[in-house]
Amino acid sequence: MLKIQDLHASIEGQPILNGVTLELKPGEVHAIMGPNGSGKSTLANIIAGRDEYTIESGNIEFEGVDLSELSPEERAHLGIFLSFQYPVEIPGVSVTNFIKTAINQHRKARGQEPMEAKDMLRLMREKMELLEMDKGFLSRSLNEGFSGGEKKRNEIFQMALLEPKLAILDETDSGLDIDALRIVAQGVNALRSPDRAILVITHYQRLLDYIRPDFVHVLHKGRIVKSGDKSLALELEKRGYDWLKETAS
Amino acid sequence: MESLKDRLISSFIVFENELKEETRSELHSIRRKAISLFENEGFPTVRAEDWRYTNLKPILKGDYTVFADREHPLEFGEIKRFFLHEIDTYKIVFVDGRYSSWLSTTTHHNYDICTFSAGLRRHREVIDAYFSKAARGNRSLVALNTAFAREGAFIRIPAGKVVEKPVEIMHFSTGASGDALNQPRSLVVLEEGAEAVVIERHLNLGSSRVLTNTVTEIFAGRSSKLNYLKIQNDTETSALLDHTSVQQLRDSRVDVGTFSFGGSFVRNELEFQLEEPGANCEMLGLTLLQGDQFVDHHTGVDHLAPNCNSDEIYKGVYDDRSRAVFNGKIMVRPGAQKTNAFQQNHNVLIGEQSSVDTKPQLEIFADDVKCSHGCTVGQLDEEALFYLRSRGIPAHESKALLLYAFGEDVISKVDLPELRQRLSRIMAKKLQVDFELSL
Repeated sequence: MLKIQDLHASIEGQPILNGVTLELKPGEVHAIMGPNGSGKSTLANIIAGRDEYTIESGNIEFEGVDLSELSPEERAHLGIFLSFQYPVEIPGVSVTNFIKTAINQHRKARGQEPMEAKDMLRLMREKMELLEMDKGFLSRSLNEGFSGGEKKRNEIFQMALLEPKLAILDETDSGLDIDALRIVAQGVNALRSPDRAILVITHYQRLLDYIRPDFVHVLHKGRIVKSGDKSLALELEKRGYDWLKETAS
Repeated sequence: MESLKDRLISSFIVFENELKEETRSELHSIRRKAISLFENEGFPTVRAEDWRYTNLKPILKGDYTVFADREHPLEFGEIKRFFLHEIDTYKIVFVDGRYSSWLSTTTHHNYDICTFSAGLRRHREVIDAYFSKAARGNRSLVALNTAFAREGAFIRIPAGKVVEKPVEIMHFSTGASGDALNQPRSLVVLEEGAEAVVIERHLNLGSSRVLTNTVTEIFAGRSSKLNYLKIQNDTETSALLDHTSVQQLRDSRVDVGTFSFGGSFVRNELEFQLEEPGANCEMLGLTLLQGDQFVDHHTGVDHLAPNCNSDEIYKGVYDDRSRAVFNGKIMVRPGAQKTNAFQQNHNVLIGEQSSVDTKPQLEIFADDVKCSHGCTVGQLDEEALFYLRSRGIPAHESKALLLYAFGEDVISKVDLPELRQRLSRIMAKKLQVDFELSL
């Protein structure tokens, strides 16, 4: 589904990714772990199409399509979703209007008519229940004044509504207490399916107790220095990252 | 070619001939003083401090007809879409500067919602008491309007009366007599405890050039409430010079909203005189310009008495080569203690060649006051743009959503839901998106 080959990327001339190779197949859950500044978030943002980064060399393909020339919205229409580490506050745009616009723009890209208002509302209610969200939430301004937990829940809420093929969770666990973490993970797990892939980016293995990955990769200095299964995450928890840094250099 | 100024001076003589014995009135002596002021001063130029960034010259070049000679009949169906409601509003409608009774819904029952000329016939004493009392000072454009004052809206609400539906003042131009100069003069008088909501629009239906020089005087009696909303969304061959002066007495409340989306050239002068304690005013402004459009907002609040509040928020979005001016003056006179005066002006430049000149002016001569002002000029938030695009909302639509969001706190202060919706739709159309921006 997602194929990244020898990806080199930089921001303002500063190299951040130095040859990342990664493949996700449908149904798989991959976790990328690594210390701060290893390039985890950069990788997530490049897949979603953020244009601050320059791809120096290498390829990113999604279902056989070269992503490098596609806009963020085109990637979203293909089925790529990024749950932001820091969701942006947008006063003046209500959650409802935002979701409605996003869903209808997806439908438009697929040549479908806008969704009926009552169907939209039913769908939103259903997903809100799954994520144990308050009713008042829909009429609030997007992320404005939301707590850390509410912001992350809102991200997963959008993901549940947009039903992407590839979901990238960028540090979704940061700033969450244990209850919020459980609810968010529940939302993510509800989306697991044989034709959907999930890429979990995290600093701590805690989230992986709830969203169990098939593969774990360690990113260090812009390269994947080790790959393994769930047990690698536990080992990292115990031993930290230093032993890997040594083997890498 | 004869200059517009010369043509206006000679037109005044024609005008006087038409007025006949009316020229002996006290009101006409005000007109005469005004025309001589205009004759001496002429049109303002960029040499005047208040006109530094605003050059009138290009718009004065048109071959404007001063008095439209032909009446072009309009059917209600042709202009229906510009009204807020078909039946649920009072309507004072002018076509090419002339009152159109068949398109209007006026009243003299309980209160007067009619024309200035009808006011002159029926309530001469009201006009004599208020005419030219609020719009003061040595201003040549106001003087020009005063000199030719004959037609416009007349709204008088007696003590304690509440106008139960909004009043729409609509000025249509058809271009039937070619390029036209319109000079409506309106008077709004609210007596003690009276309440009203007024919406004003100027619309050019043809392709000829229209220059409108309008003056509105508003008198808000004690404890009265007025909500006055201007929707400026005219065509590219239209220019508007608007002067509105408001005088407020004890505990009155006047809100003026100015929504500027169109016209090639707009100058708004909005002035408040808060004359007695407890007077409150609110100024809301939202401007969205494209192409080569130009809008100048000059606002002024004169705090003459203690315990008054003024609150102002103007926001603007400028695309392409559009240009704007904001000048907000707050004067707190000696003795106007416990004044609260707040002013905000926020701007987003999205066009590479767009610009805004913004200038707050605070003159405070009392020591126990709360005054603040803030202004910003910025760009669209790239982070927010990426967030929306990553959710599948294309760049153009994401930008529209963010621009709407930027102005939303101004629109949300409009009390009439239908008008809020109307404003959102005008914005959606202007930003070329096919979905509702608000919900």
